[in-house]
Amino acid sequence: MLYAAAITTFFFVGGAAATLIRLELATPASDLVSAETYNKLFTIHGVIMVWFFLIPSIPAVLGNFLVPLMVGAKDMAFPRLNLASWYLYVLGGIFTVATLLAGGVDTGWTFYTPYSTMFSNGAVLLAVCGVFVVGFSSILTGLNIIVTVHRLRAPGLTWFRLPLFVWANYATSLILLLATPVLAMTLVLVALERFFYVGVFDPSRGGDPLLFQHLFWFYSHPAVYIMVLPAMGVASEIIPCFARRPVFGYRFMAYAILAIASIGFLVWGHHMFVSGQSLYAGLVFSLLSFLVAIPSAIKVFNWTATLYKGSITFSAPMLYALGFVGLFTIGGMTGLFLASIALDVHLTDTYFVIAHFHYIMVGGSVMCYLGGIHFWWPKISGRMYPEGWGRAGALLIFFGFNLTFFPQYLLGWLGMPRRYHEYPPELQLLNVFSSAGAVVLALGYLLPLGYLGWSLFFGRKAPDNPWGATGLEWQTASPPPKHNFRDIPEVHAGPYGYDPAR
Amino acid sequence: MATIPLASAEAGAERARLGMWLFLATEAMFFGPLFFGYVHSRLADSAAFASGSHHMHFWLGTINTAVLLTSSFTMAISVHGKERIRGTLGLTFVLGAAFLLIKGYEYGSEIPEVLAAKGAEQVFYLLYFAMTGLHAIHLLIGLGLVAWLFLSAHGRRAGTPVEIVGLYWHFVDAVWLFLYPMFYLLERYSA
Repeated sequence: MLYAAAITTFFFVGGAAATLIRLELATPASDLVSAETYNKLFTIHGVIMVWFFLIPSIPAVLGNFLVPLMVGAKDMAFPRLNLASWYLYVLGGIFTVATLLAGGVDTGWTFYTPYSTMFSNGAVLLAVCGVFVVGFSSILTGLNIIVTVHRLRAPGLTWFRLPLFVWANYATSLILLLATPVLAMTLVLVALERFFYVGVFDPSRGGDPLLFQHLFWFYSHPAVYIMVLPAMGVASEIIPCFARRPVFGYRFMAYAILAIASIGFLVWGHHMFVSGQSLYAGLVFSLLSFLVAIPSAIKVFNWTATLYKGSITFSAPMLYALGFVGLFTIGGMTGLFLASIALDVHLTDTYFVIAHFHYIMVGGSVMCYLGGIHFWWPKISGRMYPEGWGRAGALLIFFGFNLTFFPQYLLGWLGMPRRYHEYPPELQLLNVFSSAGAVVLALGYLLPLGYLGWSLFFGRKAPDNPWGATGLEWQTASPPPKHNFRDIPEVHAGPYGYDPAR
Repeated sequence: MATIPLASAEAGAERARLGMWLFLATEAMFFGPLFFGYVHSRLADSAAFASGSHHMHFWLGTINTAVLLTSSFTMAISVHGKERIRGTLGLTFVLGAAFLLIKGYEYGSEIPEVLAAKGAEQVFYLLYFAMTGLHAIHLLIGLGLVAWLFLSAHGRRAGTPVEIVGLYWHFVDAVWLFLYPMFYLLERYSA
């Protein structure tokens, strides 16, 4: 709950920055904000949304609550570590807010060197401290989830009886544990270089800026899977429940999660096709990037196959989950464009890339985060949310999202580069569409904030299992008692024991 | 796998052990960029790195390696001991502190050379200070943990807390075993 409150706050700060960006881009000229302010806006949008919203969203908010419930445990393996992790998150957040008050940073969320170490006048050190600290919050959350899954499973709950949400969070935690420290140390080096004026990353002082890019993307590409794997886990819970069918190909779904997590460590070079790495490295990274598409496609096909002959209810969580499958598919397929070296040379640093990763991160992760919040809202809060409003919100967000980001594919294809606050007048029509979509999207996000808040106080009391779902979390009271279960449950069958006949 | 109820002491030990091993995995990746940066920068300008390693205080580094290895030995005795492990824990603390004192003296005597360094040699020194400095911070934390064991009831007999601190202590030691040849030995005698 503490996580939920803090993360929602940052989501709306980051969202406000994004809205300002889109408003500036509604017209070709620079009118609302200056170039410098614009740079600071997209930096703070990126930093907050990536590290303070997307990465902790599902694992910290839903994972810390649901993983112990789903494995039939009384609590996380290290409850005090969990609280410590929250304090670190807040401390990191304070640094970030301090960055804003100190005038912001203009490096972009990637902190590329040597700009970030030698030239930028922004509060780079403060921002780097914030990201460093929040990284340790993620690591501790990941560690806690792994130990919980290994050591605290209820009697009879074997690995292949675990819900896919647990599998997804487990794989995510492995990435958090092994990738995040690399980012932390890289940022320490940036800080040292900036502070002591020594050039590990600066070619004029005997260093190499490519080294930074390698290290940064070694973390930041797996970070994409930190954001999207838990979303896949959420979709894998919601879709079988509202289709009344067991998940299709359960074992392959679990294997696909692990495959995505492990291949994800080997594809960072596809962010650097035009940075001057060797052609052979580029070829290998391109091939490996295509490989990620295979487990991803398995998951999409299996979700679709789960729907086949199901009796589907289009409730709000289901709308989010289906929206996720569609948007993730588009985002994933356009990723293949970018994995092809020849095409990527044309598309690098254009709005095509922006649209691609927003389809994955917003269309994927945020949709599922909201879907998961709705799905488990009765369990978390003990209250039902208003279903009509929920469906309206889901549709509004889906519509607003596509209106915002689909035109950006076209803009990128036409060659509009990212991170510019002005553009030629012939691109205005598509930009106006996109900005209008952003307004719709902002309204769409405010809607759940309103009615979920309302339902906390005035919502109908929730029964223990409002959706008729399987899964251990539905076998206890809503909200769960202090130690989750009155008696530790025993498990005799796999998850998703849905009967299509009913 | 047999599942264990939350309350039992053995279950707590199992969790703590797994937790520490996972933490050490994170630590290894935390040091990772520095090692990668060292390899990368050394390949880019190996002459500067070779000349840099000639400025290292070979004997101080070698003595320190022996001191630290001995501290790992006394730590291992503490972990495997049954009763009265205060003595070996105390010895571990003293050896760890001696390492830091020698290292501190070494740092102090290197300042003039560092200020005179140029170009890629600066990169060598930055990596040297970053890596050995990070190692020293870890050792300082280790000293704090050993002191806590020594002063608390855990110092009376070996148990899970001693074992967990021991894992950490050996990890910090193992890092030094990589740092020592990288900075003090490599190409020292070839050029």
